[in-house]
Amino acid sequence: MSTLKVLIKKEVLQFKRNSFLPKLVIVFPIMIMLVLPWVTTMDVRHINVSVVDNDHSQFSARLIAKIDASDYFTLHSVTASFTPSMQMLEKGEVDAILEIPADYEKSMVTGEPKKLNVSANSVNATKGSLGSQYLAQTIGKAVQELRASHMPVKSSELVTIQNRYNPTLEYRNFMIPGLMVMLLIIVTGFLPALNFVSEKEIGTIEQINVTPVNRFTFTLAKLIVYWVAGLIVITIAMLVAWLVYGLAPIGSLLTIYAISFLFILVISGFGLIASNISGTMQQAIFFMLFFVMVFMLMSGLFTPTESMPQWAQYITYILPPRYFVSTMRAVYLKGATFIDMRYNFYALAAFAVVMNLGAALTYRKQS
Amino acid sequence: MNDTLAIEVKGLSKSYGNVQALDKVTFDVHRGEIFGYIGPDGAGKTTLFKILVTLLNADEGSASVDGLDVAKDYRAIRSRVGYMPGKFSLYPDLTIEENMDFFATLFGVNVEQNYDLVAPIYKQIEPFKKRRAGRLSGGMKQKLALSCALIHKPSVLFLDEPTTGVDAVSRSEFWDMLFNLREQGLSILVSTPYMDEASRCDRIALVNNGRVLDIDTPQGMVDKYDKHLYGIKAGDMYELLKTLREESSIASCYTAGEYHHAVAGNGFDAAALKQRLITAGFCNVDIKQLAPDIEDVFIHLLSNEQ
Repeated sequence: MSTLKVLIKKEVLQFKRNSFLPKLVIVFPIMIMLVLPWVTTMDVRHINVSVVDNDHSQFSARLIAKIDASDYFTLHSVTASFTPSMQMLEKGEVDAILEIPADYEKSMVTGEPKKLNVSANSVNATKGSLGSQYLAQTIGKAVQELRASHMPVKSSELVTIQNRYNPTLEYRNFMIPGLMVMLLIIVTGFLPALNFVSEKEIGTIEQINVTPVNRFTFTLAKLIVYWVAGLIVITIAMLVAWLVYGLAPIGSLLTIYAISFLFILVISGFGLIASNISGTMQQAIFFMLFFVMVFMLMSGLFTPTESMPQWAQYITYILPPRYFVSTMRAVYLKGATFIDMRYNFYALAAFAVVMNLGAALTYRKQS
Repeated sequence: MNDTLAIEVKGLSKSYGNVQALDKVTFDVHRGEIFGYIGPDGAGKTTLFKILVTLLNADEGSASVDGLDVAKDYRAIRSRVGYMPGKFSLYPDLTIEENMDFFATLFGVNVEQNYDLVAPIYKQIEPFKKRRAGRLSGGMKQKLALSCALIHKPSVLFLDEPTTGVDAVSRSEFWDMLFNLREQGLSILVSTPYMDEASRCDRIALVNNGRVLDIDTPQGMVDKYDKHLYGIKAGDMYELLKTLREESSIASCYTAGEYHHAVAGNGFDAAALKQRLITAGFCNVDIKQLAPDIEDVFIHLLSNEQ
């Protein structure tokens, strides 16, 4: 039997014997894909609104009904004055207050409209600003309807909006390809790093180093196992995305597997560097953790890189996940092809060479 | 290169920062010899072994194993030596059988090929071959480690503290295995902190703080000991030690189990000393002349060093 084969066989045996790893590769992607797309959402929904109705008109009743009916809002309460509503806002029971002044409907008809007042809790800036915007839109529509009923002039829609690639504006569809990237970072970056360091900690690496096995074969055997594990993980994640969320890639699967494999090469090489420069599991974990944080928050996984300050955008160019995330999203949602994404492929290929070269240079069989 | 030498070490030095782990170590191991590298913890034993099995580079000096230079021909050396590190370092999650097969294949052999060499040792653990290495007892781990180190039929065997943490019966069995291997023509370098194991080697080097104090056969070491050694005991051993250390007719005195060992100095008279001790209030005083062992030689060499 060839050396590589026996080394792979040993890695697979150890992998299977481990009480934790096989579960991690199967259960982890399923868990992440089942739970996180629901919770990591930037969609603002179910904003609790308290309405201060000083008008008591037909219009105010219609406006309240509109708010109640909307999926974006939950009508929390209708009060007679501002103070009790404000108290609720302070307690955190409501997110926004809409105050309708007295004789509002009448003022509309007379042509000198009074002003509606919206107060929103903006501790969470996104929720605060989006909440008040949604509220303003809803009011705008109601006002338009009211005007239309008084003046029989047909108000035409001036603007039509088409949300390309993600027609229902689901934040989930943006997140799912990103979560797949995160899974690969953990399974094919963290795990091999920890595996190599554990051989150092147990001392088995010394026993291996006195055999004629060369380091390249030894390393390759380990990596092959994690490469396969990575491809299994991405497959499971795609299956869950399709079965649970009905999200299937518009582009070709081949492109997705190709970019995933390139990324796996990059991140496993990075894991190797981490294991080479760490003597213990703890060192390796903290080294990886630092970079994983940067990868997750700066690569456009959660927030678009385009909205980062210019200097930060420059930094993102040296973060390999950036290229992977954008390719995954483009292939998944826009159906981009290899040709469209070729620069990302080239960038990741270059990173794969650099990382693995770095790993080879930091490895020492002798000290 | 001398072909009758299994290991040739010349002026080997290695330091870690300020700590001099090896200080110009020089010695030879003949073919078919069990050579003991004897010294306390921190004597530089493991450092020496790592250099000889090509895991570590020396700062100065040269060494060759089986006629091959450890720095230049490290690749060739790796297939000719068997190394058993002090710490058990086989895969704990693989079974006995899987560990054996694995290491055999890495050396390009299979277990059957060299079964004769490992059989006397491996047979003892073979009934448990489906058991994972991590769940073996200390003695069984040691036998497995030795089997794995022998599976490719090395010509030189390096055993770094093989008997540390192993019970007395297993230790004795282990040495019998080594004698058996020597008969098969293997050269063995073994390190140990236990002085009582030194006498079972063909030749020994006594080392301390990275320096070789002396090299000889165990008997030769003992024969060179030119002092008179006495064993002294009494009811209160601690007080006795303090008293003896102040005694002018005793060159040095140290604890060694039931009796304190005292090296006789000028004007030593056992009967007179016993009388003095009894007068000083010690009960059950007993003084007898002793034949020195390796430990006494080691302590003597140490005192000469300082």
